[in-house]
Amino acid sequence: MANDIAEGASPAGGPAQRGRIQATDFDRRDADWYIDQGIQLLVFIGGISAIVFIIGIFVFITKEGFGFIFGEMDFGQFFTSPRWRPTSEYNPTYGILALVAGTASVTGLAMLIAIPFSLGAAIYIAEFATGKTREYLKILVELLAAIPSIVWGFIGLTIMNPLIIKIFDVPIGLTVLNAGVILGLMAAPIMTSIAEDALKAVPDRYREAAEAMGATHWQVTIKVVLPAARNGLLGAVLLGVGRGFGETMAVLMATGHAINLPSSIFDSVRALTATIAAELGETAVGSNHYMALFTIGIFLFVVTFVINLTADLVVRGVRKG
Amino acid sequence: MFAATELNQRDKNTQTLFRMGFMLVTALLILPVLLILATLVYKGGSIISAEFLFGDPTNGMREGGIFPALYGTVWLVAVALLVSVPLGVAAAVYLSEYAGDNWFTRVINLAIINLAGVPSIVHALFGVGAFVLFFGIGTSILAASLTLAIMTLPVVIVATRESLQAVPREFREACWNMGATRWQTIRRVVLPNAVSGILTGVILEVSRTTGETAPIMFTGAAFFLPFLPESVFDQTMALSLHLYVITTQVPGVPEALPFGVALVLIGMVLLMNSFSIALRMWLRGRKKW
Repeated sequence: MANDIAEGASPAGGPAQRGRIQATDFDRRDADWYIDQGIQLLVFIGGISAIVFIIGIFVFITKEGFGFIFGEMDFGQFFTSPRWRPTSEYNPTYGILALVAGTASVTGLAMLIAIPFSLGAAIYIAEFATGKTREYLKILVELLAAIPSIVWGFIGLTIMNPLIIKIFDVPIGLTVLNAGVILGLMAAPIMTSIAEDALKAVPDRYREAAEAMGATHWQVTIKVVLPAARNGLLGAVLLGVGRGFGETMAVLMATGHAINLPSSIFDSVRALTATIAAELGETAVGSNHYMALFTIGIFLFVVTFVINLTADLVVRGVRKG
Repeated sequence: MFAATELNQRDKNTQTLFRMGFMLVTALLILPVLLILATLVYKGGSIISAEFLFGDPTNGMREGGIFPALYGTVWLVAVALLVSVPLGVAAAVYLSEYAGDNWFTRVINLAIINLAGVPSIVHALFGVGAFVLFFGIGTSILAASLTLAIMTLPVVIVATRESLQAVPREFREACWNMGATRWQTIRRVVLPNAVSGILTGVILEVSRTTGETAPIMFTGAAFFLPFLPESVFDQTMALSLHLYVITTQVPGVPEALPFGVALVLIGMVLLMNSFSIALRMWLRGRKKW
């Protein structure tokens, strides 16, 4: 490289020796310049790949679900009927209300568990823990976040299920409670990480100013740090919701997979994502059932898109403010 | 004069109370998970042996080992990496070194966030619609790996971008001042200084890809195959799907078997993540600037 640069910096017969400086003397359209332009194009393609893929996902799942949306599908029935009977021979019905209720109840319970625990843990790690303890806790939280969803589902099925039957004396342990706890434990580490980042982003001078006024450590935390990090914490919660909403394998295995409008946490339910995972393999490509599953996919895509967009806007708000 | 007043004492007590409360919450979050992991080790640990890791499943997957699933997972991850690492690093180089602070960059960032947030089963639907059907690849390692690659692309992009941005701007400026082009600067100065950071991101991606199940269910992973894959156009078994199958689809599997598979899976994932974290900490310790 040293050679390239030396040549570039003072080309043989450079401007100084010719007496008059011309615009072309600074034109460096040598091989390096063309390589640079080529690479710029290549990395630009990499850069826009994320946009291409996100549009691609929408286009391709819409393409597969298209025939149903403009054919068999009855919008009213789709969103308001709790009857998901795509394999019925005489009168197949495609209502996702029960599935939405299943997803919502599990995600709701998961958030009830995960929000207090993850925010509490984030506050402890960011504001109270010091030195080595903080380091170890952060590593532990990061490792917990890495446990694959299929393992969580397995835990729900083999460990939580008998545990719930035993503790609450119920006939079946694959319920909203089971999936909610599993999903809560699953989402909490990620939410803790993001929430901790948000607390860390609050400038130290806020804390110092409050402490200089005589506030104690917990007063600083509650009255200064938490309000200042509000948007980031909300972003963490929204990302947790998005994750719970889109989780597939864990809810497939832990909910009991029964179509049901739940009336208590001891009811089995079925989630939107789990329905696709369980049924797609059994449908014929192009059939109404197949296209209906893709339509659920479109619904999932749109909802998570909105959640992620909102989370991004909320977090961005705090940086500007 | 500096003796603690009653008010000081009360504040101190409240402080201790809060501290303990938050500590308790943290412990309640972490301890159950550690207990669950201990149960996995307790129930599955005994089955893990060389025959288990390198043997074929027998008796309708009720006995024997998991080698075809392990082998398939390595295939899937390797092919996914071949696609996502170059693409992800290119994207990160663009975002960190070329892109301006404008609406277009914001759209790219938004796309990355959304790509990471799209449910895994929707990625699976995309894989079926695009790779299996539209591009005619069929259910194969290639289709499954492409789906996985797109799903985990944000992990590589985000980790790489962070490590590129950690290289001080002065390094680049010094290089430009010597007359180097942008690419020469990136290749000789920025990337060498960021390569270990990129590596931690790649390891994280491997870990993530290893555990994914939903995206490969309909794109290339099979419940059971009597032979090993020979090319990227073959189907394959995979460890994560194998766990699902022997837990939910095959009756009469002895309890230790799925626990053993879960333990191997989680062991691989946690090992890779620990390695990635250790690498990151080592890097932080030895940073020159």
